[in-house]
Amino acid sequence: MDIRLDGVGHAYGDFEVMRDITLDIPSGRIVCIVGPSGCGKSTLLRFIGGLERPTSGRILQIGDPPPDCLNPLTYVFQDFALLPWRTVTGNVSLALEDHRIGGAEAKAIIDDVLSRTKLTDFAKALPKQLSGGMKQRVAIARALAVRPAVMLMDEPLSALDSQTRELLMDDLIGLWTRTPFTAVYVTHNLAEAVRLGHLIVVLSRRPGQIRQIVEIDKPLAERGYADPDLEDSQKQLWMLMREEARAADAELIDA
Amino acid sequence: MPDATLAATPARDKVRAVDFRGGGFAPKTRRWVGIAVFIVLIGFVEWGTQAGWISALTLPKPSDVLATFGELYASGLLFQHLGPSLTRLVVGATIGASIGVTTGVLIGLFSYIRAGLVPLVAAIFPIPKIALLPLFVIWFGIDEGSKYALIAFGTFTPTVVATYGAVDNVDRTLIRMGQSFGLSWFSIVRKIVLPGAMPGILSGLRISLAIAIILLVAAEMLGAEYGIGAYILQAGSLYDLERLFAGVVILSILGVIVSAAIGAIERHLLGWRT
Repeated sequence: MDIRLDGVGHAYGDFEVMRDITLDIPSGRIVCIVGPSGCGKSTLLRFIGGLERPTSGRILQIGDPPPDCLNPLTYVFQDFALLPWRTVTGNVSLALEDHRIGGAEAKAIIDDVLSRTKLTDFAKALPKQLSGGMKQRVAIARALAVRPAVMLMDEPLSALDSQTRELLMDDLIGLWTRTPFTAVYVTHNLAEAVRLGHLIVVLSRRPGQIRQIVEIDKPLAERGYADPDLEDSQKQLWMLMREEARAADAELIDA
Repeated sequence: MPDATLAATPARDKVRAVDFRGGGFAPKTRRWVGIAVFIVLIGFVEWGTQAGWISALTLPKPSDVLATFGELYASGLLFQHLGPSLTRLVVGATIGASIGVTTGVLIGLFSYIRAGLVPLVAAIFPIPKIALLPLFVIWFGIDEGSKYALIAFGTFTPTVVATYGAVDNVDRTLIRMGQSFGLSWFSIVRKIVLPGAMPGILSGLRISLAIAIILLVAAEMLGAEYGIGAYILQAGSLYDLERLFAGVVILSILGVIVSAAIGAIERHLLGWRT
């Protein structure tokens, strides 16, 4: 299943935040969206997942999601969004309960996703006992449990420290290499974008428009920490964004 | 020139540890302090009344109050008073709190109900419920009905306010998460909104149940033969301070028990809190 954004624009009253975004998200690829703060990256992601409606343009699904898919468009949030009163298992099973999956079938799915995210030993822990990195692994496990057609990741690593971020990037690359998934990955961190993205979409500052789409050919599995090729791409991206970021930083916020 | 040499190395001054100015603002459980305060206070009054610098008219001797309490227990009258009072408290508070929680959740969830009921609740809240006792007698009869109604009405308003506040405070990102996983509206309410509002609902119940105990005495002012409230009022009209205080002590103990019970429920249900 592919996703197509067709002339998406958005305004709050007269205040235009996004203009004419047309973009294809091909199946089996990770598309990173980067841009200066306030350019509407996260809003765009909420449009794709149907949590908000754009004022103009359409979001289209091309083709049907795979038949075993329970929740085609599934989010991973920046602040994890785990229910603090449920254990790791309980949080994953929340996503399954409304699909009338219980008992042995649910247990098989939960065991599978927990082992893929290295959480098997933490199945009975409560979120308050987990580190930030572990919490985000739970959120990723929960997303994997519903076998999404497209994963919508909203700055998933931004709340983590840089070492945990490295570990989780390795985990995400491992997950993708074993079973490629489609993902839209919003981030402000260019290192994450060049590490995880097949395509990197650079947005301009408000009103957000596509400035450039950069394709990185190097296979995910071959990209490593402090990779010289990636450093080059990252430098290019930064050159592209630097002035915009400076201007966005100096902007007054309309209250 | 390396950066390190840029900052001039300070001359050999005197050395002392940095003053500590953090800490505090983190209440810890100190179980025995509460009991010690009771013991010191009662001991002080006992000493004063024994020594005579607190006159018997000002305060009764704590030991006499204890003796009165003993008589009350020995004569079996204690349970004759406690039984009806506890029934009134349990029935009234259950009705009031359950309608209150339901209304509060509805106000929290539906804009029209909120717009319609919040001003109404704000209008009802400041009415001293005791003032409405005659009205309740007309509506629900002089016997148990009016007493249940008074206590229920008194617990209702604070419960509503606490509940809709608690529902408002449920983390919206968790609700968005539920929607993004395709959870039904009912599932979101049951699995996300209600557990998320539970801390606020329980701390609201702490207040409502204390109010219920206050109203219990008021409810027993009219046409109650037995009951802690009736016992206190009877003693009060006779200026029998020992019996008055024995009754008051029962109410206090009731309050402590209710508060401890809610504490236990909180520890059981809200163990997930950080």
